Amino acid sequence: MIPAQHPQTSFWNDTGKTGIASWIFSTDHKRIGLLYFYSTFGFFLVGVLLGLLLRLELMAPGRTIMGAATYNAVFTVHGVTMIFLFILPGLPGGFGNLIMPIQVGARDVAFPRLNLLSWWLYIIGAAIVLVSLFTGGGPPDTGWTFYVPFSARTGTNVTLAVFGVFIIGFSAILTGLNFITTIHRLRAVGMTWGRLPLFTWSLYATAWVQVLATPILAITLALIMAERTLGTGLFDPTRGGDPIMFQHLFWIYSHPAVYIMILPAMGVVSDIIPVFSRKPIFGYKMIAFSSLAIAAAGSLVWGHHMYTSGMSDTAVLVFSFLTFIVAIPSAIKVFNWVSTLYKGSISLEAPMLFALSFILLFSIGGLSGLILGAAATDVHVHDTHFVVGHFHYVMFGGTGFAFFAAMHYWLPKFYGRRYAEKPAIVAWALMFTGFNILYFTMQVLGMQGMPRRYYDYLPEFATLNLVSTIGSWILAVGLVIMLVNLFRGLWWGAPFTGNPWGGASLEWSIPTPPPTENFLEEPVVTHGPYEFASLKNDGTV
Amino acid sequence: MDPTRLITTTEAIDPVFMFIFGACLVLLLGITTAMIYFVVRYHRSRAPQPTSTSDGNLWLEIVWTAFPTLLVMAMFWYGWAGYLKLRDIPKGAMEVTATARMWTWSFSYANGRTSPKLYVPVGMPVKVKLVSQDVIHGFFLPAFRVKRDVVPGMDNFAWFVADKAGTYDLFCSQYCGTNHSAMISTVEALPEAEFAAWLGGGAGGGTAAAGLDGKKLAQEKGCLGCHSLDGSPGVGPSFKGIMGRSEVVLTKGVERSITVDKEYLRRSILEPQADVVKGFQPIMPAFGDLKKEELEALVEFLGVQK
Repeated sequence: MIPAQHPQTSFWNDTGKTGIASWIFSTDHKRIGLLYFYSTFGFFLVGVLLGLLLRLELMAPGRTIMGAATYNAVFTVHGVTMIFLFILPGLPGGFGNLIMPIQVGARDVAFPRLNLLSWWLYIIGAAIVLVSLFTGGGPPDTGWTFYVPFSARTGTNVTLAVFGVFIIGFSAILTGLNFITTIHRLRAVGMTWGRLPLFTWSLYATAWVQVLATPILAITLALIMAERTLGTGLFDPTRGGDPIMFQHLFWIYSHPAVYIMILPAMGVVSDIIPVFSRKPIFGYKMIAFSSLAIAAAGSLVWGHHMYTSGMSDTAVLVFSFLTFIVAIPSAIKVFNWVSTLYKGSISLEAPMLFALSFILLFSIGGLSGLILGAAATDVHVHDTHFVVGHFHYVMFGGTGFAFFAAMHYWLPKFYGRRYAEKPAIVAWALMFTGFNILYFTMQVLGMQGMPRRYYDYLPEFATLNLVSTIGSWILAVGLVIMLVNLFRGLWWGAPFTGNPWGGASLEWSIPTPPPTENFLEEPVVTHGPYEFASLKNDGTV
Repeated sequence: MDPTRLITTTEAIDPVFMFIFGACLVLLLGITTAMIYFVVRYHRSRAPQPTSTSDGNLWLEIVWTAFPTLLVMAMFWYGWAGYLKLRDIPKGAMEVTATARMWTWSFSYANGRTSPKLYVPVGMPVKVKLVSQDVIHGFFLPAFRVKRDVVPGMDNFAWFVADKAGTYDLFCSQYCGTNHSAMISTVEALPEAEFAAWLGGGAGGGTAAAGLDGKKLAQEKGCLGCHSLDGSPGVGPSFKGIMGRSEVVLTKGVERSITVDKEYLRRSILEPQADVVKGFQPIMPAFGDLKKEELEALVEFLGVQK
C-alpha cells in the first residue's frame, strides 16, 4: 500500500498494525480520510456509470437500451448513490478528515475512535443499500425523494434501502459532532477564529447542519419504514394521514443537506483561489460569515420544493421570500472570489482551473435557482428537466468540480508524488465542455416543458436529448483522462515535496507526506492562512 | 389592448421569466467578463508578482450586499404577484374534474360526459379540479405555464384559458411509477360552437352514449397501459386468453389457484387488491367509479380476448 519510499515518520509507515487492519481499524484522521475518499469516490464512479446509462436511454425516444421499470430503478439508484453515498460524506468525510485537523494545528480530531466508527457506520449503511438492490422486490424505484404514497405502495425493496440511508445518517451526525468539537477545542496556540482557513470555516458551518438536520432525516426514513411494515397510515389520506406532511419532513432535512454538499466545496475554492493568485482572500470575514448565514437561512427554505404541492399560498409566500434571502450570502461569496483575482499573480494550474470553473458553473446553477425560487416561474419549471439541470450545475458543477480541485490540490500532499500537468488540463477542458453541453440542454428542455424522471418523451424533445447525451460522452472521456493521470501520478509520478504552490495555511508547513502526528513539534501560529508575504523564499512557511 | 380581455396564465408568467432571465444574464456576463479579464490581465506571465495585498473593502462589501438584496427582493415580489394570478380563478370559469390514476387521465364535465382528453372552448377560462385515485400525480400544461400536483385526499385546482384553438401537451409531472412518462394527454381547444357540439356528445362521441365499445373503454380507462392484448408482458397480466385461464393469486397473503371467470374479472376491476395474481405488484387502482354498463362492457370485452 506504500506508494513511494517515505520517511519512517510518515503516516504511511508509522503504524502499530499491518496490512488491511492498519487501515480499517486505524484511528489516524489521515487514514480515515483516505478510507472515506476511496469509498465515496468509488460510489461516485458507480453513480457516473448509472448516469451515463440514463443518458444513453434518453438518447432517442422510445426504448433504447432498457425498459421503463429498469430506467426508474436506475435513476433512483443514481440519485441515492450520488447523494447519500458520495456528495454528502465525500468532502467532509474525505478532505475534511484529511485536511481540517492539520489546518487547525491538531494531531488528530477530538474523538479519533468515534471518527473510525463514523466510517464504519457509513460503510455498513452503504453495504445495506447495495444489498437492497439485489434482494426482495429489487432496487427501489421511488426516486431519491421517496415520496409517499408511492413509496409506501411500490413492491420494490424500499424498506431496506431506506434503512441503509438511516444508518449512514448517524455517520454524518457523529462526523459533525467530531468536527465541531475539534474546531472549538483543538486549535493550536495562536490559531484564532480569525486565522482559521476558510475550508475549515466551511466545515464548521457544515457540521452544525449535519448535527441539527440529519436527525430529521432519520425520523422521516423511520416513518417510511413504519408506513411500509406496520401500515401506520401516517401519510395515507384514506386513513387520516397526509402525504404532504411527508414532503415537509423530507425537505426539512434534504434542503439543508444541499448546503452540507455545497458549503465545503465553497471552502475548497476559498482556499485555492488565493494561493494561485498569491494574494490574500478578499473579504475573509464576509466569506466566513456568509457560510454561517447560508447554513442558518438554508435551514428555513425547504418549502420551495413544494410550491405546486397544494400547500397554502401563505406558505409559498414565506418560503419564496426566505429562498431569496439565501441567494444574498451566495452572491457575496462569488463577488469576493472574483475580487481576489484583481491585481494578483494568477497561475492557471489544474487546481485553479477547477476552482475557477466552480465559480462559473455554481453561478449558472445559482442564477437558475432564482427562476426556481420565484413562485410564478417555479410553477412552470418545477419537476422538469430544468430542475435536473439546475441541480447538476450546483451539485456536480459546484461540489463535483470543487472535489476535483481538492483532489489535484491536496492529494499530492499525502502521497508525496504528483500528476502530470498537461493531461490534467486537457481533462479539465473536456469535462468543462462536456458538462455544459450535457446540462445546459437539460435546462432548455425543462423550459420547453419536458418533465423529469421521464423514461420516454415526445418527438419534439428528441434533438436536445441527443445533444445532451453526446455531452455526457465528452464529460466521461475527460473524467477517465483525469482519473488515469491523477492516480498514475500519485502512485508513480514525479516527487512532490515542500510547498510548490506557496500555500500559507498549516498543511503546507509540515513534511510531505505528513507524519503520523502531523506536526514534528507543536505549532505556534503567528499569521493568517492567506498571508503569503510571510512565506520564506524557499516557499516554506 | 381591450382592458376587459382576460389575461392568460402564459401572459401573466412570461414577463416574470423575462425579468429574471434578463437580470441573471447581466449578472452572469458581468461575473464571467470580470473573471476572464482578471485571469488574462493578471496572469503570472504578465504579473509575476501581485500588485496589491488588499484583503477587503468595506464599501464594496456593502454595495455588493445591498445591490443583490434589492434585486432579489424585486424578483421575489414579481414572482409572487405572478403566482397569485395562477391562483385567482376568473369569474365564470367552466369546471372540469381531472381524475388521475396510474397512468391515465380522465376528464369529466358537469353534464356527466367523460373523456381521456381535456376538451375546452377557446376563450373560456377553465377551472380544473384535481383528483387522484392513488398516488401523487402532477397536472402540467407547459403551453399555459400551469402546474399543480394531484394529491390524494386534497382539493387542488388549476385554471387556464386557451386563446387559440389547437392541441396542447398535458403531462404528468410528479413521478408516479413505471409508466409515469406515458401518462400524457392533450388539451384540445375548440371554437365555442364546436366545443358545445362535442359536449353535447354526438353519436359515437364517447362513453356517455349507449352501446358501449369495450375496447375503446379499456383504452380510455387506461387498462391497456398495463395489460397487453397480445400476450406481451406488462405491469399487469396480459388480457390475451384471460377468460378461463388458471392463475395462482394471493388472497390476503395466502396463495390459491383460481380459474378466471366473469365474477373474478368484476371483482378484480372493483377491488384489485382482493386477489393479486402471483408475480405482479399490488398497485392497480380500484375502478369503483365505473358505471354498471361500463363494467359489463369491459368484462364482455375481456371475455373475447383469445
